[in-house]
Amino acid sequence: MLPELGQFALILALLLAGMQAFFGIAGPMLGRDRWIAAVTPAVAGQSVMVALAVGCLVASFVSNDFSVSYVAGNSNSALPLFYRVAALWGAHEGSLLLWILLLAAWTVAVAIGSARLPPRFAARVLGVLGVVSFGFLLFTLATSNPFARLDPPLPDGRDLNPILQDPALAIHPPILYTGYVGFAVAFAFACAAMLEGRLDATWARWTRPWTTAAWAFLTCGIALGSFWAYYELGWGGFWFWDPVENASFMPWLVGTALVHSLAVTEKRGLFKSWTLLLAILTFSLSMLGTFLVRSGVLVSVHSFAADPARGIFILAFLVIMIGGALTLYAWRAPLLKSSAGFELGARESFLLFNNVLLITAATTVFAGTMAPLISDALRLGTVSVGPPYFNPTFLLSMLPLAALLSVGIHSSWKRGRLKDSQRMLLITLLAAAVLACALVYGIYQHGLVLTPVGALLGIWIILSSFVEPLSRWRRGLRVPRGMLGMTIAHSGLGVLVIALTTVQSFTLEHDVALAPGTTTTVGSYLFRFDGVQPIEGPNYDGIGATVTVTRGGAPVAVFKPQKRQYWVQHQLTSETAIRMDHGNNILVALGEDLGAGRWSLRLQIRPLVSFIWLAALIMAIGGAVAASDRRYRNSKVTEAAVPAAAEGSAA
Amino acid sequence: MNRFAVPMAVFAALVVVLALGIRHSPQKGIILSPLIGKPAPLFSLPSLNDPAHAVVSGDLKGRWYLLNVWGTWCVECRAEHQMLLEARDAHALPLIGLDWKDDDARARQWLTQFGNPYEAIALDHSGRTAVDFGVYGAPETFLINAQGIVVYKYVGPLTRDVWTQEILPRLPGHAGGSS
Repeated sequence: MLPELGQFALILALLLAGMQAFFGIAGPMLGRDRWIAAVTPAVAGQSVMVALAVGCLVASFVSNDFSVSYVAGNSNSALPLFYRVAALWGAHEGSLLLWILLLAAWTVAVAIGSARLPPRFAARVLGVLGVVSFGFLLFTLATSNPFARLDPPLPDGRDLNPILQDPALAIHPPILYTGYVGFAVAFAFACAAMLEGRLDATWARWTRPWTTAAWAFLTCGIALGSFWAYYELGWGGFWFWDPVENASFMPWLVGTALVHSLAVTEKRGLFKSWTLLLAILTFSLSMLGTFLVRSGVLVSVHSFAADPARGIFILAFLVIMIGGALTLYAWRAPLLKSSAGFELGARESFLLFNNVLLITAATTVFAGTMAPLISDALRLGTVSVGPPYFNPTFLLSMLPLAALLSVGIHSSWKRGRLKDSQRMLLITLLAAAVLACALVYGIYQHGLVLTPVGALLGIWIILSSFVEPLSRWRRGLRVPRGMLGMTIAHSGLGVLVIALTTVQSFTLEHDVALAPGTTTTVGSYLFRFDGVQPIEGPNYDGIGATVTVTRGGAPVAVFKPQKRQYWVQHQLTSETAIRMDHGNNILVALGEDLGAGRWSLRLQIRPLVSFIWLAALIMAIGGAVAASDRRYRNSKVTEAAVPAAAEGSAA
Repeated sequence: MNRFAVPMAVFAALVVVLALGIRHSPQKGIILSPLIGKPAPLFSLPSLNDPAHAVVSGDLKGRWYLLNVWGTWCVECRAEHQMLLEARDAHALPLIGLDWKDDDARARQWLTQFGNPYEAIALDHSGRTAVDFGVYGAPETFLINAQGIVVYKYVGPLTRDVWTQEILPRLPGHAGGSS
């Protein structure tokens, strides 16, 4: 009964999303106020129906209803309750439903948050979001119904994919999708501005907090995915340039560019058409990511079961949404004229470089991800790309980005004279150089060519980003949330650069074969293998090893890496054991049984690797702080308030 | 045409590529290689375990073998490794590894830790041979017969189903599909 109710709710949600789209777009166009008034109730109805559908599916999972095909395929009666709920997004159909739920949540938030916006504009924003909702609901109902029944039902389910049975991965999709979907809001604002012909800087101010919030979620989501790959895949890498990873990274890069270009558009009224294009592009890449992952066009470990019919549907949807937005853009953008100019060396030009470099990076990632497809489609034969391509090309645009960031923070809007800040620029650079040398040659005492450069840039970014807020604070001025958030996010980036540098330069890896009771030394740590014993979990069994680690005779920790065999899917997973000690991330993974009690073990010491994810968290917090800036919320905007006056001022 | 229409033109080109990608995708992971039925590309590459000798495609003629393209940087390869070990233990045919754009020391560590399913491992440092084979992304597996003809290609981590239903039945002397 529940699954049928869920399906019915989903159909109602589709109809309501259709109404939301129609009234939201046609209402303002034809000037029908009653249509405009119907948009918000449609949003409310749609979100309630979506929530009801999700609730029905969750209930089916919790009650182990294996007559539902999706539940039978992704759950098992022995699966712990937490994973039975998380199994909702364990495969294609359910994660689409999660996408829709999160989109509904963003839509409701926008509906509430834009109550003070001009009603026609708000209706258009919600209308565009309605089109997106409608497309995804139709996609679900037509090609990926999560409520399909099995007849006869299975006695027990086929279990959730074991590699997904992990806390980090269980919460990874909701956070990642919140970021993905959040960019739909920026997209909707851009489309609404173009539909309305209101292409001044106001839409940028309205969009900024939403975009920054989405960006913060996406940052967190990507970091969680990377963290999971690090300890679950048992191989010690944190980024693999896998197509699915790239699919989430491209919108992040372009979204980062968007966050910065929105700042210029809002504060200085520049880059207006470029910002519009970025808003379209960011969401397009989110959608493209969905397409690539779902259609089976690209092969990846992370990807869901491929189905060409789904691919064709998403492609058609992409053509309507993105093609429509770009047509609108080609029609409206020529009307834009930038009034203000800026000098070379002004903050605007640094942000221009920022955008150019981020887009270059996104393009290289895009080219690498799509190269196999493009050359295949053009019958040029197949080509292959991997880390040997991605690492150097990515570094090529990221190094100048990091360097320009440190200089750019010291610059001021409009004027190109760096003279006033020259002193601080040199002081921070000098301090960063000293600290970088201390880190590389003092603590680690060796390094590659790029090691001191990376350390210097990372430290310089952190020092530079604190200059302006500190000087305001010293002069007794208030530090606005926006600036505080920016400072936090930039210092997070600095931490990331430092961590990536140390991890790439100073990682120690040893693969050893050990008999019980024997020891080996890696770096300054002594590892003693104490043997293995059988283990048993709720839905798996396996082997657990005990490895005792000491440093200079003092105990550090006892590591218990495992190899698990899940009963239902017969899949082997490797559970690495990881501990922090003095900033070093020590990883122990259990390898193969070599006979006679001997086992192969992988021992790694990665300095500061945890700081990679910590850095992402800092960046996300910075985004959250910036998005909560009060100036986005307090002022009541009316239809009459033509914001030409706000343009150019620092708001 | 105004310059603001350029993004749309680029997008239109992308849609064509994606549409072609979908048209090809049903076969992807199953066959789709222009090499099927044609002689496997010739190669002569250094061997990982035996620096004195090269792994030469000509020497492999006269018997069936499975060419598995892998690399230690490839996560999916980690996923299929258990299956490769099972395939080795089935003694149905030799596995030849093509270690693609990899670091030799890391490759040795990998095999020490996870076990070595391969009879020989050819080192493709430049990636040239992988290009000749039209490798799309590791892992990929080619079934090559005694005459050196590519019989079957699989893209992605090798699974038990592929092994029992696609590879074993194609071998001479395997009338059924059972191992």
